[in-house]
Amino acid sequence: MAWTRDEMAARAAKELSDGFYVNLGIGIPTLVANYIPDGMQVTLHSENGMLGIGPFPYEGEEDPDLINAGKQTVTELPQSSYFDSAASFGMIRGGHINLAILGAMQVAENGDLANWMIPGKLVKGMGGAMDLVAGVQRVVVVMDHNSKAGDAKFLTACDLPLTGTHVVDLLITDLGVFDIDKKNGGVTLIELAPDVTVTEVKERTAANFEVAAGLA
Amino acid sequence: MNKVFTDATSALDGLLFDGMTLMAGGFGLCGVPEHLITALKASGTKDLTIISNNAGVDGDGLGVLLETRQIAKMVSSYVGENKLFEKQYLDGDLELEFNPQGTLAERIRAGGAGIPAFFTKTGVGTLVAEGKEIRDFDGDDYVMESWLRADVSIIKAWKGDTEGNLIFRKTARNFNAPMATAGKVTVAEVEELVEPGTLAADEIHCPGIFVQRIVDGGNYRKVIEKRTTRPRP
Repeated sequence: MAWTRDEMAARAAKELSDGFYVNLGIGIPTLVANYIPDGMQVTLHSENGMLGIGPFPYEGEEDPDLINAGKQTVTELPQSSYFDSAASFGMIRGGHINLAILGAMQVAENGDLANWMIPGKLVKGMGGAMDLVAGVQRVVVVMDHNSKAGDAKFLTACDLPLTGTHVVDLLITDLGVFDIDKKNGGVTLIELAPDVTVTEVKERTAANFEVAAGLA
Repeated sequence: MNKVFTDATSALDGLLFDGMTLMAGGFGLCGVPEHLITALKASGTKDLTIISNNAGVDGDGLGVLLETRQIAKMVSSYVGENKLFEKQYLDGDLELEFNPQGTLAERIRAGGAGIPAFFTKTGVGTLVAEGKEIRDFDGDDYVMESWLRADVSIIKAWKGDTEGNLIFRKTARNFNAPMATAGKVTVAEVEELVEPGTLAADEIHCPGIFVQRIVDGGNYRKVIEKRTTRPRP
């Protein structure tokens, strides 16, 4: 059985380590905050100028001056700090953020990522995604394995405009987990969701990949 | 020299002209100069190039200037919350230059700091880098990006003094601080305007040298774009 959104987020949370500064994208990646293990200190970074994002406020305590990069109202923590957008992206570009967990429209087997536009159709913009994939130490993508129309999203090469080239280290979908060697090339399927078979993954994937020993 | 103006309209008096370039602070609707945007709308100034991370939402923030078709071009990183923007863009009525958010912030910072260009890894190998110089530094490719400067920057702060020293509040600082440095003239609106000496000099976020005009905005609507809460225990 394929993983749910929450199960994908829980799997992504296994990539966290104590002391990490982490940027979570919009959508499933935001849910990762709910699965930070007890006792582990992880500081969440928000592109709009905050370190130490707290939980959503109680009703009636929303502060319009305190939002995350998804424009949702949030709260501060004792260790929080605020800064301007230029400093915020200095942290990102300067390699100070340990991990970014992002959504995607397409991922390619060489680590290319597309997640910001569909020409002639969808005009939203890249926001901070291009800076994140270029500057953060490790990039994890969480996405549905296939589009709503059933098309493969993990491809030999992206056909949508790219967000970055050779940037994805790990891909988590509802079917399993792929390790991507973005420097030297090569993809390995390292985990499967319960009752999902390698055959099923192969049928629903356009990218080429090896299968880790022990995965039937 | 007096920097204080009585209202947003007079604070923009003599600065506006058709075809000008403006920077507008804020991230989403957080920290937007709402009174100066209203005054800009009332001025009817048109063919504006506006540098701002977002384009507001339908009917709020910079979105109101789309309704009046005062904007000819936006330089932004994300415009996904605005249907009218999408329509005007896809119809060819509005020019759009997408910048990665960090590149946008750094171009503004560079403009304010007198740095005409810089190299960044962001966007290498993507549409953003097309037509731009690529250079190798220590084995990696970087793309050259140029500075951004504006005829006028309109920004919003929490507290300011009559010398133009500013303090921002929480995540409302965002693009307001760098944009203050990159306008030929920077106009700041504040929630609370105080006498010099009231704000602790060590706690000023934006020194008054960057602010030529300041106005007490009075009441603020401070619209929340996405109200998210958790249940009380």
